[in-house]
Amino acid sequence: MPRTGVFICHCGTNIAGTVDIDKTVEASRNFPGVVHADEYRYLCSEMGQDIITKAIKENDLDRVVVGTCSPRMHENTFRKAAAEAGLNPYLLEVANIREHCSWVHKDMEEATPKAIALLRAAAAKAALNEALEAPRLDVEKRALVIGGGIAGIQAALDIAEAGYEVDIVEKDPSIGGRMAQLEKTFPTLDCSACILTPKMVEAAQHPNINLLTYSEVDEVKGFVGQFDVKIRQKARYVDPVKCTGCGICWEKCPSKAPSEFEMGLSKRKSIYVPFAQAVPMVPVIDRDSCLYFRKGRCQICEKECPPQAIDYEQQDEIIERRYGAIVVATGFDQLDPTIYGEYGYGQHPDILTGLEFERIFNASGPTGGKVVKLSDGKPPKKVVFIQCIGSRDKARGMNYCSKICCMYTAKQAILLKEKVPDAKSYVFYIDVRTGGKGYEEFQRRAAEEHDVAYMRGQVGKIFPEDDHLVVRGIDSLTNRNIEIKADMVVLAAATVARGDAPELGRLVGINSDSYHFFNEAHPKLKPVETHTAGIFIAGACQAPKDIPETVSQASAAAVKAIGLLSKEKLQGEACTAEVIQSDCSGCLNCEAICPYTAITPVEIEERYKDGVLKRTVAEVNPALCQGCGSCAVTCRSGSINLKGFSNDQIMAEVDAICLQR
Amino acid sequence: MTTETGKSRLIEDMKMHSGQDPNGCYQCGKCSAACPVSAALDLKPHQVLRYLQMGLENELAESKTPWVCASCFTCAARCPRDIDLARVMEGLRLSILRNRGGNKFGPAELTPEQLEKLPQQALVSGFRKYNK
Repeated sequence: MPRTGVFICHCGTNIAGTVDIDKTVEASRNFPGVVHADEYRYLCSEMGQDIITKAIKENDLDRVVVGTCSPRMHENTFRKAAAEAGLNPYLLEVANIREHCSWVHKDMEEATPKAIALLRAAAAKAALNEALEAPRLDVEKRALVIGGGIAGIQAALDIAEAGYEVDIVEKDPSIGGRMAQLEKTFPTLDCSACILTPKMVEAAQHPNINLLTYSEVDEVKGFVGQFDVKIRQKARYVDPVKCTGCGICWEKCPSKAPSEFEMGLSKRKSIYVPFAQAVPMVPVIDRDSCLYFRKGRCQICEKECPPQAIDYEQQDEIIERRYGAIVVATGFDQLDPTIYGEYGYGQHPDILTGLEFERIFNASGPTGGKVVKLSDGKPPKKVVFIQCIGSRDKARGMNYCSKICCMYTAKQAILLKEKVPDAKSYVFYIDVRTGGKGYEEFQRRAAEEHDVAYMRGQVGKIFPEDDHLVVRGIDSLTNRNIEIKADMVVLAAATVARGDAPELGRLVGINSDSYHFFNEAHPKLKPVETHTAGIFIAGACQAPKDIPETVSQASAAAVKAIGLLSKEKLQGEACTAEVIQSDCSGCLNCEAICPYTAITPVEIEERYKDGVLKRTVAEVNPALCQGCGSCAVTCRSGSINLKGFSNDQIMAEVDAICLQR
Repeated sequence: MTTETGKSRLIEDMKMHSGQDPNGCYQCGKCSAACPVSAALDLKPHQVLRYLQMGLENELAESKTPWVCASCFTCAARCPRDIDLARVMEGLRLSILRNRGGNKFGPAELTPEQLEKLPQQALVSGFRKYNK
C-alpha cells in the first residue's frame, strides 16, 4: 500500500469560495492509501511548498496528490517541491480542482463532492505512478533561419553574435526580402535600402553566418536540439566560387521575363540578379525563359563570362544538416486585388497596388525613380489611394486589419508630393490606425502639411474614361458622393500569408491560424515561441507587422534560440510511450500515426512450442517520443502504454470516480 | 413605437424579415459609393444602417430611401461585412408597411365587386399582413 499525502490549496478564494476545503480534507483522509491530508491558502507559495516538503519527510510519504489549479500552471512547481524532499517528481499527481471545478461551478454543495471525486481519482492514479527519469538530450549548437528578409537577417545576426553558427535559407536568389523592395520607411523616411544593405552585407560577411540563397527546406525531422533538415539548394547554373558578379552575362542575355522583384512592372533578363544590391552578387539562370534551356541554343552568357562561371549542367544539391533550433521568418505576400472587379485592377496600367507604387518611387525601379504613369509616362496630377482592399473584409477578403497600410499610404502620399509638387492626393479610408511611436504625428503631417485629402469612406467603382480613371466614392462625413477624375489609383491591398505558408508549416511542424499566419505559443506571454519546442517565429509570417516590430520580434526569437543553444543538455520527455512487445501484433498502425517518427519495426524472437518464432513488433525511441499518446489510442491490441498515463492508471481514475459515488 | 424591452419594433421586425444584423456595419460607405441611385436618396445606404444602429425608427419610417431603392443588389455585392443591404431595404419596406397600423386593406374598404373578384387567399393574406 502506498503512503499518500493529499494537499489542498484554497487559491485565495478561487477554490475555497466554491469548494468546502475542510470537508474535502476530511474526505481525503479516507481515500485508500492516504496517510496524511492538509490544506493551505496558497500552496504554490514558498510556505506552501515547504508544507509539502516537510510532510513528505515527516510522514515518510511515497505519493503526493495536490488539489490545485491546472497542472499547466504549477505542476512543475510542485514536482520540484517533491523532488526537494527526495521524492521522484513523477510520483506527484495534480487534481485540477480550480479550472475543472471551482471556476465552473457556483454552488458549494455541488462543487465540493466533485472536488472530492477529482481528488479520489488522482489518489487512485498516484498509487500506480512509477518513478520516471527524463532523458538528457544533446543540443546541436547551430541554428537554422528560414527566410532571409529583415526578420531572418536580424535573427541570424543576433544568434551569430552570441557565438553560434547560423544558416539562412532564402528561396530567392538574394537575401533582403520585402524591405529591399521599399523606397523609404515610415515614419522617419529613412531610405530602406540604405539601412538594410549594411545588414545584408554584415550577414554575408559574418564568420558565423552561412547564406544558402536560392534554396528551400525540403524536410525537417527530429526534435528540439536535434532537428535533421534537408535543404535543397536549387541549381543556379552559375558557379558562385568563380563568379565575380561583373554583370556581363545579364547585360548580354537576349531573353527576358517579368521581374519578380519589380512586381512584374518591368522585365529582367533570363540570367539575372534580382536587384542591384543583391547579396550574394551571383546571378541565377531562370530555366523557364532561358533560350538555351528552352530551345537548346544561345549560350551567350557562357561565351561572354570572363571567369567561365556558367555551368548548364549544375544540379539541385541536397544539403543535410543538424540544427538545435529553427527560426521561421518567411514574411508575407500582398493580396491580389483582381478579385475586386469594381476596382479594375489588372485592367489598366495606372491602377497599382501599394507595393507596386513603392517600386515606381525607387531609383532602380521600372521608371528609374521618376513618378510617372505607366500608361503614358507623364507624372500623375491626381492620385487616389484606397485603404482596406481586402483587409477588414469578411465577405471576400481577410477579416483582419493589415496594420501597415494606413502608414505606408501616408508615406507614399508625402513622397508623391515631394516628387510631383503639383500632385493632389486623395485617401479613401475607413479608419486611420496609427498606433506606434511617431506614427500619428506622421499621418497628420500628410494631411496638414502635404495637402493630402483624407475622405472617410470607400470607393464603389473605378473605370477608365478618356485619359483618366473615374473614381466613384463617398465621403461618409458629409454623406456626399464623390467623383474624382484621377490619373492614378493605388490600392492598399491586404497583407496576407505567403502562398506556401501552409506547406512550410506542415513541413516544419508548426500550426497556423485560419489565414495561414503561423501561431505563437501564447498570444501574450510566448509571442515568438511555437507549440513545437525549438522552433521560433519572427516577422510578418506570424501576423502583419511593420519593420520595427519585425526587428524586435526577430531579436526576441534569436534570444530564445540562443538560450536553447547555450544549454549543455536538454531535459527530454519522461512520459514517453512504451510497447509491451509480447502483446504487440506488429500491425504498425502506431508507426504510421506517430508525428515524431519515434516508432520503428523491430524483429524479435519468441519461444513457440519447441522452436523459436521470429516476428515483427513496434519499438519506441524514447529520445524522439514526445508523449503525445497517439500511438496508445491507435494500438488495436492495447499493447502501448504512455508512461505516467498508462491504461491501468486511467482506468483506476475512472473507477475511482464511477464506483464510489 | 418601442417594445417593452425598449427595442424599436420597426427595427426588430426589419431584422426578423431580412435576417440581417445592422450592428455588423462599420460605416465604410462602400454601399453608398456603389449605389446607382445614391443621388436620389435622402438617406444614403450606409446612413440607413447607422440609423438602424442608433434606433432612429421615426426617421427611417419617414425616409424615401427604402422606396427609391431599386433592389439592384450592388450594395450587397460590395459590402465587406457581408451585410445584404438589399434585404435590409426590403425588410424595412415590409416592416414600415406592416407597422403603419390602420386597416390598409380592411374588408370594409373594398367594394363588393372587388371582394368577389379577388381570390380568397389574397384577401386573407392581405388582411394578415396589413391589418395589424
